[in-house]
Amino acid sequence: MIETAGVGAAQDLEIAEICARFGNDRHRMLDILLDVQEARRWISPASMDAIAAAVGLTRIAVEGVASFYSFLSLAPKGRVTIRLCDDIVDRFAGLDAVVAAFAEELGIAPGETSADGAFSLEYTPCIGMCDQVPAAMINEVVAVRLTKARAREIAQRLKAGIAPGEAVLPGFAELGVQERVRAQVENNIRQAGEVLLGPVMQDRGLQAAMAMEPGAIIDAVEASGLRGCGGAGFTTGRKWRFAAGTQADRRIVICNADEGEPGTFKDRVMLTERADLVFEGMTIAARAVGALEGIVYLRGEYRYLLDHLHAVLEERRARGVLGQGFDIRIQLGAGAYVCGEEGALISSCEGLPGEPKTRPPFPVTRGYLGFPTVVNNVETFAHVARLLDQGPGWFHAMGTERSHGTKLFSVSGDCERPGVYELPYGQKVRDLLALAGAEHAAAVQVGGPSGTMIGRDSFDRCLSFDDLATGGAIIVFSSQRNILEIVDYYMSFFVHESCGYCTPCRVGNVFLKKAIEKFRKGQASDEDITYLKELSGTIIETSRCGLGMTSPNPVLSSLENFPLVYAALTRPSKDGVKATFDIQSAIDGARGIAKRRSYIFDKDFSK
Amino acid sequence: MTDPRKARVATVSLAGCFGCHMAILDMDERLIGLMEKVEFDRSPLTDIKTFTRRCDIGIIEGGCCNEENVHTLIEFRKNCDVLIALGQCAIMGGLPAMRNAIMHAAEPLRECLEEAYISGPYLRNMTRLIPNDPVLPLVLDRVYPCSEVVDIDYQIPGCAPSGDIIYSTLATLLDGRFTGFDREDIRFD
Repeated sequence: MIETAGVGAAQDLEIAEICARFGNDRHRMLDILLDVQEARRWISPASMDAIAAAVGLTRIAVEGVASFYSFLSLAPKGRVTIRLCDDIVDRFAGLDAVVAAFAEELGIAPGETSADGAFSLEYTPCIGMCDQVPAAMINEVVAVRLTKARAREIAQRLKAGIAPGEAVLPGFAELGVQERVRAQVENNIRQAGEVLLGPVMQDRGLQAAMAMEPGAIIDAVEASGLRGCGGAGFTTGRKWRFAAGTQADRRIVICNADEGEPGTFKDRVMLTERADLVFEGMTIAARAVGALEGIVYLRGEYRYLLDHLHAVLEERRARGVLGQGFDIRIQLGAGAYVCGEEGALISSCEGLPGEPKTRPPFPVTRGYLGFPTVVNNVETFAHVARLLDQGPGWFHAMGTERSHGTKLFSVSGDCERPGVYELPYGQKVRDLLALAGAEHAAAVQVGGPSGTMIGRDSFDRCLSFDDLATGGAIIVFSSQRNILEIVDYYMSFFVHESCGYCTPCRVGNVFLKKAIEKFRKGQASDEDITYLKELSGTIIETSRCGLGMTSPNPVLSSLENFPLVYAALTRPSKDGVKATFDIQSAIDGARGIAKRRSYIFDKDFSK
Repeated sequence: MTDPRKARVATVSLAGCFGCHMAILDMDERLIGLMEKVEFDRSPLTDIKTFTRRCDIGIIEGGCCNEENVHTLIEFRKNCDVLIALGQCAIMGGLPAMRNAIMHAAEPLRECLEEAYISGPYLRNMTRLIPNDPVLPLVLDRVYPCSEVVDIDYQIPGCAPSGDIIYSTLATLLDGRFTGFDREDIRFD
């Protein structure tokens, strides 16, 4: 696509207008780029120049951001971009047939854009729909439970010029904001617990908090034993105390709704069903630490929730429980898993590439724009609102000694009832599997790829911070699944999502994946097992953020819990010569080029 | 009691540049003391081209880029008790393994040879052909480190390894007290 001078000048006006909408503020770079992407379907060099001029940055700084996020494109994308969720769960549920149907109807392969600029087809990692696979995003519209026939039908409607919403759900345009959300995506709440998904009284926690001194709120949260629900499990009250105790002019409360861990989708359900409760919790946190600004960092894949969340915020403002002092804005992400890491998330909110920050200083002392920042998970904020309503003792009484309250589990994969389960901490994996109709599971990935893969002998372990810690993802695999295919997939996920800052993570994960491929091809020896362990250790020890510190976990935990799978695929050397080295395949290409056989290794010559 | 026999050492350069063999000479006068304990069998240093007897130590320079390298390496494994990979090419493939980066072509080897002999911009190849004399060994699909072809007992890192690290490794191996490398000996200058 060539921009002529005349068109270029007209476009500059549009871009200037977009930048002006965000106050020409460089910290809103991600918003600016998302709007330009939506208007133009790509971020052209000319657009980058125009943005750089408007916000007072260099072109390369703009390009640094634009090239970082996978939802921003430096080449023209189709007017309709179909992003197929390429999670392992989708693959096992028949993704290939769906891809083939789209590709055939649209005449393009994944990774391509049609010549007329109408369609792009691409793969994207987990979009948080693992309980209704295979799934895809069509622009911002989510299509779930795809089949070959349904994919064809949608593609044909799109080709006929029907808008994505209508193409996925006829009658979409007539639906209200909230109805659209529920029409696109199922909630699949299978077990409502006492705290979050059961009956909830609106704003009761906030009312209680308003009657308390900020210090007393923090005391209550600390007394409840609440720990962060995103995965790391840091004590929420302590985090708030640090932020409140740091001298500063501004403090910020951020809700981490960048639910990117494959297999996790509980925040999606919370934001659909309990958005009010989440915002209530943020408002309480703001009162506790003395913040006037709140940000919800919503992953780009959940763009379909944006209008709904704005409506809830607006309604809260109208009710007078928001916007009087403290207010919340929603920062949309753009498809980067690493932005779930709080440092990277803050970078992203600041309009930078989503790269983690060096710690210390921790965000609670120096976070967003250098101010003390509390970052908590969606679920954590909702817990806060509930425990202030019902009292910290009520919350503390649930769960186990070091893990209090309830936890949302996103169960997906080979089970009869995939969906969200709210259970007190301390449940056995076996019990959760029974609830989900997955008694015959052969392996369970607890906590997503960065968590632990366990086998049947570990199903009596408990889901809590004392034993199996998890941000909530429970992915079930039946005995028909190939463990190494799963590990291989998860490594390709981390290879894709590494931000590239630390070499051991950027390069090491590629080597880990290659080593796993070697096992899958039957070309590994027992030395490769040692290699996997040593390389994993190096990556964990030398990466600066949680991504690199956990990315070797699929390898390490499968080695630990399924050692025989690896052992079965290794081949010992014979007379000192590696059984895995195949001289015949190594010289086959040269035979073809030289048009002769080997004097050394072809039998006719050597015998 | 008679003197113990001298240890027999064989060396070879596969896909290497002979730099590691030059590095062996960097042991300088320590070679004289070492030669009281060892004798060279098959080696470019003696010009003996086949094994005459079983050897105690085999030293390999370079990785495997063609079938003859593989054949020679397997011969070394069969005839040596201890096999040492000397230098980065033997350990990792080294400089020759740069061609392994041509991996996304339909026929990476053909692309590599064509660029080297036909299409490269700085070539003067009057025949316009890829060399294909029957005496030339067939080239492998990629360059393999020695450890992917045979079991390797020790790897001496460096490009080239220093005379010091080669000497200390050989001396301690011969005395049966090799425990690993000194950190300061592992360097690439």
